[in-house]
Amino acid sequence: MTEQEIIETINAALVEEFELDAADMKPELSIYQDLGLDSLDTVDMVIVLEGAFKFKIREEAEIKQIRTLGDIHKFVQRKLNAEA
Amino acid sequence: MQLKRVVITGMGAISPFGSGVAELLSGLYQMRSAVRYCSEMNSVAGLRCMVAARVPALDVKQIPRKFRRSMSNMSIYAVLAAAEAMQQGQIGEQECGSGRLGVAVGSTLASTATSEDFFNDYSSDHSLERMKTSLFFKLMNHTCAANVAQTFSIRGRLLAPSAACATGSQTIGYGYEMIAAGHQDMMLCGGADEYHPLTSATFDIMNAGSNGYNDKPQQTPRPFSAERDGMVCGEGSGVLLLESLSSALERGATILGEVVGFASLTDTGNIANPDSAVMADCMRLAMKDAKVVAEQIDYVNAHATATEQGDIAESQAIAAVFGDKTAVSSLKGHLGHTLAASGALESIATLDMLRCGQLVPTLNLTEVDTRCASLNYLKCDDSDKLGRDTFNYALKNNFALGGVNTSLVFRRYTK
Repeated sequence: MTEQEIIETINAALVEEFELDAADMKPELSIYQDLGLDSLDTVDMVIVLEGAFKFKIREEAEIKQIRTLGDIHKFVQRKLNAEA
Repeated sequence: MQLKRVVITGMGAISPFGSGVAELLSGLYQMRSAVRYCSEMNSVAGLRCMVAARVPALDVKQIPRKFRRSMSNMSIYAVLAAAEAMQQGQIGEQECGSGRLGVAVGSTLASTATSEDFFNDYSSDHSLERMKTSLFFKLMNHTCAANVAQTFSIRGRLLAPSAACATGSQTIGYGYEMIAAGHQDMMLCGGADEYHPLTSATFDIMNAGSNGYNDKPQQTPRPFSAERDGMVCGEGSGVLLLESLSSALERGATILGEVVGFASLTDTGNIANPDSAVMADCMRLAMKDAKVVAEQIDYVNAHATATEQGDIAESQAIAAVFGDKTAVSSLKGHLGHTLAASGALESIATLDMLRCGQLVPTLNLTEVDTRCASLNYLKCDDSDKLGRDTFNYALKNNFALGGVNTSLVFRRYTK
């Protein structure tokens, strides 16, 4: 999976789960202030990403540091690279 | 203690006729049936009833996702009905946040469809790793009341009575009592339920569900009729805004009717079989609470679901209390049995009948079962008996499995 394909997969999963506008999915946006997610949503976001990429990330401490959409893109890429 | 008068200043409905009170009332006054053949029921082994009164497709995205994520259909129905009631009652942020407005909305069960989805997934590998945070909020027993309160930031009392088919009436009754006693100035009261085949199956296995009209769904259910063969499940939500008269007058709200009496009396003879004597006592208690006598009641809106035991027992109870002069009809022929929503949806209709001086007869009732008591039944062809210059009082019954009997008394509002 290329970097672009990973980003598109993440964005598509989040757009569907959280009813976001695909045009808004810019990496610099805060998932809280800009995309409107809250603590319950971030738990569900982990489940959605686990489903999309068939990996386990719930216990990863790094998840708590995620603030922007770009943070998610980078985190997933690192996780997939580590598993490769 | 001087009790406050309690009036209705807003009404909202999501019914098998569609979205809004106007849709509900036009379906009833036009004597239409909302019952349809449901092909999905055909895939459930052992289910004999293939008809239901479902809510037509709604624009659910009018509720922001932040609130909708914790809602199954029943909460969506309740929130949309509450929104309509609040709009009519001109309730704004100030009232919602004041603590003077409370919520009493209940359902028969929490979301069965959500339970089914969860356990289907869970059973595949006994894993909870796919369980989302919104699950509990759809499964908790106070899901409808909590979702209404959260969506509109309503900070007063929150309660979620659950008494199956009497839920809607109980919420109105308890809301009325809380306002009369001065504990709340306003209450959003109602019930909601969503369709699931399990609901129809519950009545089907007790031989209380209709199954002889699957090829002509609009001819069932048939309350009080010699040709009835059981009830038909429906879904939806009705919500009424109850308010103290003093608060309503102070706000300049339009007053749609008055709640003047309520009673709930438990039948402990049998968890499923109704006792007409207890039903009759419940109606008498409600009239005592309203300080009226039977001769003052112009109309009885019966529970009458088109089951053999229920219809006969209720007709005998009404005959014992009112004799054969008071007009009686059931709205189940139009709407099916919307369960927890039925008390609220039917109360909305009853209040409109009082306002308009026009009664709605029982759809699908032409020949009364001879085992039912002699009453002034409003049948399909009784157009000459439906209108009157003024109706002043109506009594509304709802009875539930588990032995829960409820009766409400409404009065046309006059200063």
